[in-house]
Amino acid sequence: MSTLTESTLDPAKAACDFTILAGEPWIHVIKMGQAFRIEDLEGNQAADTLFFNAADPVDRYSAHDTIMEQGAIYLTTGTKLMSTRGNVLLTITADTCGRHDTLGGACACESNMVRYAIENRSMHACRDTFLLGARQMGLGKRDLAHNINFFMNVPVTPDGGLTFADGISAAGRYVEMRAEMDVIALISNCPQLNNPCNGYNPTPVRVLIWN
Amino acid sequence: MSAIDPSLIRFEETVSAGANWSHVLKRGSTLRITDTEGGANVAALLYNFELLSERLNVPDTLKCQHTARLTKGHCLYTDMGRILVSITDDTCGWHDPLGGWSTAKIVEAKYGVKNYQTARNDWHRNAHDNFVTELGKYGMDERDLAMNVNFFSKVTVDDAGRLIFRPGNSKAGAFVDLRSEMNTLVILNTCIHPLDRAPTYAPKPVKLAIYTSPPPAADDYCRNFRAENQRGFILTERYFL
Repeated sequence: MSTLTESTLDPAKAACDFTILAGEPWIHVIKMGQAFRIEDLEGNQAADTLFFNAADPVDRYSAHDTIMEQGAIYLTTGTKLMSTRGNVLLTITADTCGRHDTLGGACACESNMVRYAIENRSMHACRDTFLLGARQMGLGKRDLAHNINFFMNVPVTPDGGLTFADGISAAGRYVEMRAEMDVIALISNCPQLNNPCNGYNPTPVRVLIWN
Repeated sequence: MSAIDPSLIRFEETVSAGANWSHVLKRGSTLRITDTEGGANVAALLYNFELLSERLNVPDTLKCQHTARLTKGHCLYTDMGRILVSITDDTCGWHDPLGGWSTAKIVEAKYGVKNYQTARNDWHRNAHDNFVTELGKYGMDERDLAMNVNFFSKVTVDDAGRLIFRPGNSKAGAFVDLRSEMNTLVILNTCIHPLDRAPTYAPKPVKLAIYTSPPPAADDYCRNFRAENQRGFILTERYFL
């Protein structure tokens, strides 16, 4: 487990302070140099997040380039969030949770049918939320690659096992990033009810941006 | 170590080291990839040929089978809950779904530049540029890239989350069989694994054989490997109804 790092920024001075309800999208441009925080308000809530280079969204967050850059799969303070063209989109500057996942992907109606039950098709899922949010900036399915799951715990074992474990986050924990270029952030506040990624109780997350 | 009945083989082909290959692997056929020399890496992307926006989804594949490695019994899923190919045989034992692809930057940093002008077809190539090139032949581009599988390569993760490349994973003659459950566009190349620390640039060729294979029976090994795969096969078969 990594060392926890706190931020000195004051929420009262944030230029943007917004609460995303579970099951809803949020899409927003974060300017180069701005600080961007996601706070897990009530604990154990996965914030499925994608980033795009605002100048050219084809250049987008790349999970495997990010883990390759740091040689490790968990994201925490110091992690550079890499794009498909090798650019640094953002750098994680503070983290009071400890580690975040980028291998688990986003939940989908279709993958829920495989993972849990075919009758579960109608349950709300992140990829539906991503599609709704993405279109606000003219983006569509081909633009939706593999995301970050902030506050989610997906341990991989040395013998190649992978599980969705109980969350290691808690109420009030946050992760903070510095935008290294103008980026589009797209968040789906995860509505998943079939596994412990949200503690079986999806709750709001808060996003803050400082100039 | 099962030999293929020669009467079932549709065609065979060799992919030279560092090269591209693509094919629409029809439902009812199996692609056998053989690492003829040992130490090969085959970077592969898969798409539903009838709906190219439906593509291999590595996170969905891993989380529904609770695995960070691929071997016999595992199925490779699309983002739509369907199975593109299932791994019906495997004498290697571990194929890597985590490491991603090599890039021009990675290859140049390790081995320098060797261009076509001077080296002809022994030039230094990388999996990213090869993927983009081959995707272009089907009208696709960078937007269609998603995480790939690296057949014959092994990457483990330690308790701190660090990635460790394990050389020597694949011996000469090792093969993996990919049975197509949909009409699957296979885009692959034989570029080096991005974490391979070999001191010299030495990608390896592979041999491909495509052969006719029966539909998965009720007692099929991959279908029954996990309850999730039983549902995955149901959803895939419904697609063709």
